[in-house]
Amino acid sequence: MSAREQHTKGSGLKWVGRAIRRLEDPALVTGQGRFTADLPAAHWVRFLRSPSAAGKIESVKAPQGATMITATDLKGVKPILPMLHKFSYRPVPQQILADGEVRFVGEAVAAVVAASEEEAEDIADAVELVIGDATPVVDARAAVASGAPQIHAEAPGNVILEGRIKTDGFDGVWAGAHKIVKVDARSRRQNATPMEARAAHAAYDAATGRVTLTCTTQMPHLMRTAIADVLGMPESDLRVIAPDVGGGFGQKMSLCAEYVVLVWLARKLKSSVAWTEDRRENLIASFHSRDQTIALEGAFDKDARLLALKADVLSNIGAYSCFPTTSGVEPLMAMAEMPGPYDFRQYECRARGAITNTCTMAAYRGVSRPVITFALERLMDKAARAFGLEPVDIRRKNLIGTFPYVSAAGLKFDEASYKQTLEMAVEHAALPAFRKRQAEARKQGRYLGIGFATFSERTGYGSPAFTARGMAITPGWETVHVSVDPSGFIEARIGSSPHGQGLRTTLAQIIADELGVEPHKIKVIHGDTDTAPYGWGTFASRSLVISGGATLIAARKVRAKLIKIASTMLEAAADDIVLEDGQAKVAGTDRTVSIAKMAREAYTQTHRFKGEIEPGLSESGTYDPPGTFSNACHVAIVEVDVETGRTRIEKFLVAEDAGRIINPMIADGQVHGGIAQGIGNALLEEIVYDDSGNPLTATLAEYMPPTAREVPEIELHHIETPSTESITKAKGLGEGGCIGAPAAIVNAINDALSPFDIVIDEMPATPQRVRAALRKAGAA
Amino acid sequence: MKPAPFIRHVPKTLDEAVKILAQVAPQDGRVLAGGQSLVPIMAFRLAKPAHLVDINEIDGLDRIASDGTTLSIGACVRHGAFHKSVVGNPLGALLTFVARHIAHYPIRMRGTFCGSLAHADPSSEWCLTAATLDATIVARSTRGERPIPAREFFAGIMSTALAEDELLAEVRLPLLSPDTKFGFNEFSRRAGDFAMSAALVTYRLQGGKIAEARVGVGGAEPFPRRIAQAEAALNGQPPGDKAFRAAAEAAANAVEAMEDHQTSAEYRRDLVRAVVRRALEHSNR
Ligand SMILES: Cc1cc2nc3c(=O)[nH]c(=O)nc-3n(C[C@H](O)[C@H](O)[C@H](O)COP(=O)(O)OP(=O)(O)OC[C@H]3O[C@@H](n4cnc5c(N)ncnc54)[C@H](O)[C@@H]3O)c2cc1C
Repeated sequence: MSAREQHTKGSGLKWVGRAIRRLEDPALVTGQGRFTADLPAAHWVRFLRSPSAAGKIESVKAPQGATMITATDLKGVKPILPMLHKFSYRPVPQQILADGEVRFVGEAVAAVVAASEEEAEDIADAVELVIGDATPVVDARAAVASGAPQIHAEAPGNVILEGRIKTDGFDGVWAGAHKIVKVDARSRRQNATPMEARAAHAAYDAATGRVTLTCTTQMPHLMRTAIADVLGMPESDLRVIAPDVGGGFGQKMSLCAEYVVLVWLARKLKSSVAWTEDRRENLIASFHSRDQTIALEGAFDKDARLLALKADVLSNIGAYSCFPTTSGVEPLMAMAEMPGPYDFRQYECRARGAITNTCTMAAYRGVSRPVITFALERLMDKAARAFGLEPVDIRRKNLIGTFPYVSAAGLKFDEASYKQTLEMAVEHAALPAFRKRQAEARKQGRYLGIGFATFSERTGYGSPAFTARGMAITPGWETVHVSVDPSGFIEARIGSSPHGQGLRTTLAQIIADELGVEPHKIKVIHGDTDTAPYGWGTFASRSLVISGGATLIAARKVRAKLIKIASTMLEAAADDIVLEDGQAKVAGTDRTVSIAKMAREAYTQTHRFKGEIEPGLSESGTYDPPGTFSNACHVAIVEVDVETGRTRIEKFLVAEDAGRIINPMIADGQVHGGIAQGIGNALLEEIVYDDSGNPLTATLAEYMPPTAREVPEIELHHIETPSTESITKAKGLGEGGCIGAPAAIVNAINDALSPFDIVIDEMPATPQRVRAALRKAGAA
Repeated sequence: MKPAPFIRHVPKTLDEAVKILAQVAPQDGRVLAGGQSLVPIMAFRLAKPAHLVDINEIDGLDRIASDGTTLSIGACVRHGAFHKSVVGNPLGALLTFVARHIAHYPIRMRGTFCGSLAHADPSSEWCLTAATLDATIVARSTRGERPIPAREFFAGIMSTALAEDELLAEVRLPLLSPDTKFGFNEFSRRAGDFAMSAALVTYRLQGGKIAEARVGVGGAEPFPRRIAQAEAALNGQPPGDKAFRAAAEAAANAVEAMEDHQTSAEYRRDLVRAVVRRALEHSNR
């Protein structure tokens, strides 16, 4: 019996902990899913996008008779202007359509409206757009160098934000260290590449004057707030619906200027209007991520214990700042979470965001942590080598072991299993046997390597954590309404907005245990501002912890009410009532009453419970937790083909702890998907610009997410350390896959190539880069 | 990503097709076969043909026939037709092995052998096959039939000797002598991607020595071709690591490797060396 099964047994819960099938899947796998692009519309939009990375718009001329809007038509519409009250943050405005000037290739300059997508594209093709010459800045270092062209007047030196922290006593400890180890880590730019690119459909209702915006988004309520703000309209005149959403990964949690245009057009035309982004637009003009360099140094004592860490983080944030997080999200998260799962007291960090003439950077699953984990885990491996230790031994010496723990950056870690997951991974990877096999293979000219990555994953954080970030918009809490209707059916209306995470299933499992019913009898309703309570949507590995917590609170209130009703109807003491199999039972007797009957009474016989309970069977729960840390150890075993430079992943193994697991199958799926994206980061995916800011990776032939053939079998092992910071005892796990995988894979590549004495500290570690490094070292 | 407007013509016979092609070719008319290259290019509006001559409904163009010396492959024969051997000759096994490396299954069920040749992507496995085996490419127009040797067919990146009014009606591959050995290897970043380098080799053994060696390299230069220096390094040698490495080195030195933003000429030559040697190792199974 696995550790997990034992735990679930001990929990006394019937549904939580079981790998039941996802309730959302029957519709999706039988083609009954409903996506934004399925909606018919009277008008279709094609955005005319800038072919230049920088320059003044000299003229835009539409062919005769065409309907086209530009910034001139949008006078009175406010710019997108996200704000952060932290460090030196400079708010930079983004006009809804480029006004006077363009700042990246792909920026929307005009919107063409026609009766079909084809026609709109034909017209857009015929628009004459003249943009003056200007010198773009593409590279982050070049952008912050003195004398670089200024991209926004509001941000001198092209720095959107510069943060610094340094612990007291840092210099003394640094000076007294035995060994300093350095790594210059770099992650190239990625695009989250959701299967469904962006899409929006806005329809005007003449009867009410309202607009319904159906769009592919992770946060419908915030879209409503943001769009209403920008357009200066009451929120009550706008309904936002997120129907089935084909992946988001953070790319769909930022406000898109395009969606604002659609709502504006629907009101203007008093009609319906739609836009479906194509893949090229998505690759060049949605949001990018990850483009970051970290110069990291670690000071160690003579026993290889880490004493102090010094980091210089430079993020290329692109041309604008994204709403609501701002594009400070990457450098600031790097600063806060750089110390990772290691126990040391001294920390110094400078983190900057550089504005460049490239597509705007926004959150992508893992936000910064894939890169900081990469830097830190490379540092640990390099230190291990410098001390002549196995990489796992240096981690054994330095991982956090006592809880609660406050990191050198001031983050409070709740109880977790950093050391235990490492040991579990070492055991399952059969490290000594691998070392033998590795030595044998080398004799035959084959290069195998093993790489470890241990990390913490901050999840389920509420408004306290966002308050510390200084965001003008401070998300965090969630509200859930659980109700039993008069026929006894149960529904939960939630403010989270799942789009693949399986929340309809997992929240139903939580309710099922509280109310003694089967999960498939419970409907979870989300993604519609008219029917779901205000909430922050789904991002940052938050929904199961926060929405799950709110669900539990609401379900417990409903449970209390049901028990009261049952005790009246069954004439028994409340303490003797148990809820199971859709009924209330008096323990030790055969007296029962069904939930359906109780529900009917709760609505239609309220006089029976006068003074005891409020009429109806609907309760609300709100939850706003401080946050809880999941942890894992990822292990990659790779073979590097030194002739071609290609890396093949032979095995990928994870030992993971995300607290109580509500549904193991869904949890595993989250880890698998994250690892696939991590493989992309480590080996394949790279958005490339030329020196003039032209994107060279504008199709999926050049931008290469892994296919099923590049993702190996993944072996997962779990430990369940129940969270003390989450009332369901669950921790989040949505991002860990892509946080740990890149570091483990690149560490494995470095291990494989250790006989050549070369270092790969850049991702993706493409065959070209690996060969170039081998050649430089004069090896092969 | 919607194509510009075009008119689609659907001829029922080859004669009708070439007649229409002759009319529309001057107005940027093009043949539509499997559409697996043309349609994406049109979706990106990199091509905006005003007319398409769709050859998919012409009877008999999906014919594969052998007359004992050559294998004829009609213009609508899909890549997927070669998933199983089409002829009891080493050529059948060769085509089956090579076909598996082309794109992904759904694309192989639509894309055509002849369309690949007409499209002339430098990385195309079928172009490499045609060049290595010295295929004959049969062009048809209202002016008649014109056989073109593979050596004269490829002219540059996506450029061929076909005139704009000519339809590639079929390709003829010579059957191989029954004792022919073949080997194939390609390198791409992901499974199913266009090869960054590919090699196809064939030879016979005479008294334990390599004879009639053919070494074709694709993906490295604007179009695939046989590499005489590599063939010379093999002929007369016993098959084995020494000869294979010599041939691989000769091929790497002989190619004028293409460069792009991620791939240096030097790296491309590394790949040529690797794929030639591996194709030769594959042949020696
Ligand atoms: C994702 C993806 C991956 C791919 N990977 C590979 C790969 O690894 N290797 C590979 O070789 N190919 C690959 N392809 C391309 C595929 O093999 C195409 O099928 C092939 O290149 C063209 O054949 P087609 O029949 O589809 O031609 P079409 O797309 O119909 O036409 C291509 C061009 O050839 C012309 N043409 C076609 N047939 C004739 C004819 N009979 N006479 C005159 N002109 C003609 C057309 O006018 C057009 O200009 C890939 C395609 C995709 C979409």
